[in-house]
Amino acid sequence: MAVLVVAAHDNKAVRTNVANAVTAAGQMGSDVAVLVAGKDCGEAAKSAAAIAGVAKVLQVEDAAYANWLAEDLAPLVVKLAPNYSHVVMAADSVGKNLAPRVAALLDVGQISEAIQVVSPDTFVRPIYAGNAMATVQSADKVKVVTVRPTNFKAAAGGGQDSASAAIEQIGGEGGKGLSSYVGAELSKSERPELTSAKIVVSGGRGMGSGDNFKILEALADKLGAGLGASRAAVDAGYVPNDYQVGQTGKVVAPDLYIAVGISGAIQHLAGMKDSKTIVAINKDEEAPIFQVADYGIVGDLFQIVPELTAAVDKK
Amino acid sequence: MKVLVAVKRVIDYNVKIRVKADKTGVETANVKMSMNPFDEIAVEEAIRMREKGAATEVIAFSAGPAQCQETIRTALAMGADRGILVQTDAELQPLAVAKLLKAAVDKEQPGLVIVGKQAIDDDSNATGQMLAALLGWSQGTFANKLTVADGSIEVKREVDGGLENIKLKMPAVITTDLRLNEPRYASLPNIMKAKKKPIETLAPDALGVDVAPRLKVLKVEEPPKRKAGVKVKTVAELVDKLKNEAGVI
Repeated sequence: MAVLVVAAHDNKAVRTNVANAVTAAGQMGSDVAVLVAGKDCGEAAKSAAAIAGVAKVLQVEDAAYANWLAEDLAPLVVKLAPNYSHVVMAADSVGKNLAPRVAALLDVGQISEAIQVVSPDTFVRPIYAGNAMATVQSADKVKVVTVRPTNFKAAAGGGQDSASAAIEQIGGEGGKGLSSYVGAELSKSERPELTSAKIVVSGGRGMGSGDNFKILEALADKLGAGLGASRAAVDAGYVPNDYQVGQTGKVVAPDLYIAVGISGAIQHLAGMKDSKTIVAINKDEEAPIFQVADYGIVGDLFQIVPELTAAVDKK
Repeated sequence: MKVLVAVKRVIDYNVKIRVKADKTGVETANVKMSMNPFDEIAVEEAIRMREKGAATEVIAFSAGPAQCQETIRTALAMGADRGILVQTDAELQPLAVAKLLKAAVDKEQPGLVIVGKQAIDDDSNATGQMLAALLGWSQGTFANKLTVADGSIEVKREVDGGLENIKLKMPAVITTDLRLNEPRYASLPNIMKAKKKPIETLAPDALGVDVAPRLKVLKVEEPPKRKAGVKVKTVAELVDKLKNEAGVI
């Protein structure tokens, strides 16, 4: 049966993790349809149509969907759901907000943050901050699933010549008037987005201050890396909340993860232990981070980081 | 305005969990249990609202085995006024808990429900959103700051790109994120006082809620272990390994 992927987007394009969700969806059913709802989201619909494996794009133009309010979007997804065996979303802040509301309205359970599709009704998902893996089976008629993007390879994007999926315009359900969007305070950064960066440099409490993150910024810029942090660094106000890597923050799986001044609480490890290569820089040789690191250096990060920045080639 | 908070009894966040040898779940016998940390934040926020005069009463709700009384007592010791326990030994999944919470909301008619965004055991991040759906209420998830105004509440939310502000019509369901507040410790006199606060115990049947799990857990396993690597002495050695051994820079 067909699978519906609900795509988050910025009107110009769908988020990059939609390509990962499409791959996961393709393992659950045959035809993958992508829902792109918003106001003036035609370009985003085109970007979804260009993703390999997408059979159809449903584009909905309705001002009510401009800001991703779950109260307004959920009824739209619920109306479409009976035509599909699965409703799939990436487990990001949009998917985590919307998908459970959809599931409850459908009176079905939710499979949260699946990391593997065993069969169309069976999934593997991490529990206890990834310290255990549960294999769960759903008997519900429609399966509402959020998927962890880093565990599914991104479906190829269509080039200029690739055949695009058909885009079908459908009507919206209007707004419910329960909630309204006021504004956003988004972090501005030229660096790669944390969850899709090939290299991530993260700082912890050991950085000592927000100002000291400058030495990590210099290293990140030299490597073309994204910048992350542990919960301790975010709670201390060194960096904004969207830098947080961990159980309840972002989950990253880059080729290279450099943990600087991070002790390695299990909650932090939950967000980065799928990284291909992990480097730990910490003055405490007993720090748990060294138990998961491929390469560790014990020493003063304020000496080591600038030295490392000087030693690596500019990307 | 009454505020209802939901508190879950979970394995303490400091405990290193062990998967049972028969793969049916995680070992909970003789393991320290505590209130889910996100729920402590929910309790704290509700108490602050009452202290500021925005709320009149704080009700702590839990669902699960008899020992959840202790979790409710912790909320009462922090300052909640009374408790409701839906007692059952059945496995409870988020949809079932949301339905039990809805029954409690129908009875108590709070103006606001505050729950943790996620429980640190099953990591589902679903109950609050599900409750809002069942009630037809607005939802303010991953809250970083709450401002109650006349008949509405402004919620600053932690989202992927930073922070977002939304305005919700009340009644509403809020789910807490880490930076909403720092929960207080219960003082000894307040722990003593909490022993006298009332807890009402109900059965799921009495509320007319079917709590049967929707997801069948086939097995629970250890994740693949990551092996500790090597310690290097110098930055030059590190760069060499990253280039020539790992091939990542």
